[in-house]
Amino acid sequence: MLNILLERLRQGKRTVAFPAAMPPLPPRFRGLPVLAESPCAAGCASCAGACPTGALGADEQGLYLDLGRCILCGTCAEACPGRRVSFSRDHRLASSTRDGLVLRPGGRLPHVAPLEPARRKLFAKSLRLRQVSAGGCNACEADTNVLTTIVFDLGRFGIDFVASPRHADGVAVTGPVTRNMLEATLGTFAAVPDPRVGIAIGTCAISGGLFDGSPETTGGATPHLPLDLYIPGCPPHPLTILDGLLRLLGQQTPPPTA
Amino acid sequence: MEFPHCQAVPLAGAAVLPPVLFRREILARVDAGWRMLALFGLPCPGGVGLCCLLGRDADGRLAFLRQVPAESYPSLTPDCPQAHLFEREVHEQWGIVPQGHPWLKPVRFTGCPARPEEPRPAPGVTDHFRLRGEEAHEVAVGPVHAGIIEPGHFRFQCSGEDVYHLEISLGFQHRGIEARLIGGPDKRTIHFMETLAGDTTIGHSLAHAALVEALTETAVPARGRAIARIALELERLANHTGDLGAMAGDVGYQPTMAYCGRIRGDFLNLTGLVCGNRFGRGLVRPGGVAFDLDKPTIRELLSRLELTRRAAFGAAELLFLSSTTLARFEGTGRVSAETAREIGLVGPPARACGLPRDARHAFPLPGAGPKDIPMQLHDFGGVYARALVRRLEMEASLDFIHDALIGLPEGPVRQLPAGGLPGGMVAVGLTEGWRGEICHVAVTGDDGRFAAYKVVDPSFHNWFGLAVALRGQQISDFPLCNKSFNLSYCGHDL
Ligand code: SF4
Ligand code: SF4
Repeated sequence: MLNILLERLRQGKRTVAFPAAMPPLPPRFRGLPVLAESPCAAGCASCAGACPTGALGADEQGLYLDLGRCILCGTCAEACPGRRVSFSRDHRLASSTRDGLVLRPGGRLPHVAPLEPARRKLFAKSLRLRQVSAGGCNACEADTNVLTTIVFDLGRFGIDFVASPRHADGVAVTGPVTRNMLEATLGTFAAVPDPRVGIAIGTCAISGGLFDGSPETTGGATPHLPLDLYIPGCPPHPLTILDGLLRLLGQQTPPPTA
Repeated sequence: MEFPHCQAVPLAGAAVLPPVLFRREILARVDAGWRMLALFGLPCPGGVGLCCLLGRDADGRLAFLRQVPAESYPSLTPDCPQAHLFEREVHEQWGIVPQGHPWLKPVRFTGCPARPEEPRPAPGVTDHFRLRGEEAHEVAVGPVHAGIIEPGHFRFQCSGEDVYHLEISLGFQHRGIEARLIGGPDKRTIHFMETLAGDTTIGHSLAHAALVEALTETAVPARGRAIARIALELERLANHTGDLGAMAGDVGYQPTMAYCGRIRGDFLNLTGLVCGNRFGRGLVRPGGVAFDLDKPTIRELLSRLELTRRAAFGAAELLFLSSTTLARFEGTGRVSAETAREIGLVGPPARACGLPRDARHAFPLPGAGPKDIPMQLHDFGGVYARALVRRLEMEASLDFIHDALIGLPEGPVRQLPAGGLPGGMVAVGLTEGWRGEICHVAVTGDDGRFAAYKVVDPSFHNWFGLAVALRGQQISDFPLCNKSFNLSYCGHDL
């Protein structure tokens, strides 16, 4: 017993102060991409050619980066001869709409609108989620799972992951939704009583990500479920996920540290 | 055809054997202590031929065997049980029938592209082993499990609380990666490597890098190799810590569970410090690594490593001093060394049965040696041994990282592989990931593109070990046994 108490003292209190303060992120952390407004060289498609997921391109409005497809690998930053793409250290990537993830030079940033009043009233103080892992690489699951450790202590926000969809207020999907997981994903969502929320965690769940285009995957959760929150990243940092969840419930979250 | 690790060899050097000789050669080698590292199909003129990669732990030799294209061949499994899942996989992918295989069930429930007329099975729907009798009952769980965990379908055949047999159906995570590696390497290849099993990003990307380096005869600068190996051990530390915590949680021992959950993150954050990503995305590349470490970062790593070492050992010590925990760990989920050898276990579950299997020792990367990291063995074969082996391995990894950071060689961190890949070659990349041996084998076509790229995650060997470990156990011990293996679903399903 004494051992346990002594060790308890040695381990200390380790829950981060978030959202009151912003914990430090590693110096090389790749957060929200920034597109510079300078023009592209005529006919240059270096970045689009280098991007492994087809997230970057140019249309009639010019250069865009679809954060819903981006795995934040950083390849484009090196590929662009004009250095138009760079990565900030902003961890806030979540959006409440799919369109809101398409970034443009000087354009708006991804934005999370709180749930509408009816659902917000129901879930603001207690949100129980059923997580469905549907064909990803298990890193999104891992960084969702850490939210339940003492470091993030998700329970203090009234958010919890539960075992049964019948006990849940919503579903959080990770992975590109493989053919073999489609039925189980739909069934789990159907088993959650209305009103409910739908959340896609990770680029795979938003668009199929790296695995989009494989005949074994079905484009993530977006084509199959009504979604209230899209959290990009491959995988999203735990603070990116937490930031998105809190803002969905109408809470204030801190900006990144400089 | 025999060759050492990290050397590519011409495909033409392997004689194409008729089924009888192919089989005889494999069985003779397995009898002589070789292990089956991979068995896969290679499309060639006249159909799909089988290829088998064998390895010998004692001296790190590899052997590559080929069989003529055939629609069926005498199954290896009855004489060589470690082939059982490989043969089912080849059957599912190519329709090649191993005659006499005890039970050719689907592996990933994809249907067989070579037999398009047959309907694709629904995931998890197949014949299962059934125990009959008045007292027998079946417990079926999954694919969606309680908790944040990957999908799989488990069926327990029980009498009362006792499990007679556990059958595991996977494939739900199948996203078709191997098929998309064919024709590569391309701009997606390295990212697929990093997401074969996301918790083993370094292990798999390092195996791939070793394979490409062998093909292109690239000499990796010592500094780059050292940073990759540091990252590999950090990955092991994070996951072993998480596993100890999860095992503690499964027997209701809260202190270790709570601390390890945090300490695991501290190790991941060290990887984040190296490359910006907690899982090591973007770090390992063929020819070395993409990020160098400057002096302040090395100092920071060293000081945080020491703090985390103390925290991790403190948390582990509580676990191993708790009599209630030990009472649940000891004697639970045992696998004998003989069974482990027969079914081809790898990684900590193999070392926990006393089998000295560790790719860092048998198949070291160039510039690495078996003396760098001592191998940890135990011989109880159960949950306790699997926990203890992890705890000891953490110590070895911490010592290794400490020394490697202090003695980091000077120089560049990457030598870009020159040109494309040579055609008509076979190359292998082996690393010891935290779950065990990771094996990548590639065959290049005449155009220098991957004609076959086989990935064998340690989970592929070890899932059946979990099923065997549960025989005769209480069903309530399943979570504990499961955590003590902690296998990958996506690494198996690919
Ligand atoms: S960072 Fe995103 S947009 Fe840039 S290359 Fe990688 S996936 Fe494409
Ligand atoms: S988004 Fe990236 S990290 Fe998440 S499951 Fe997909 S591949 Fe893995």
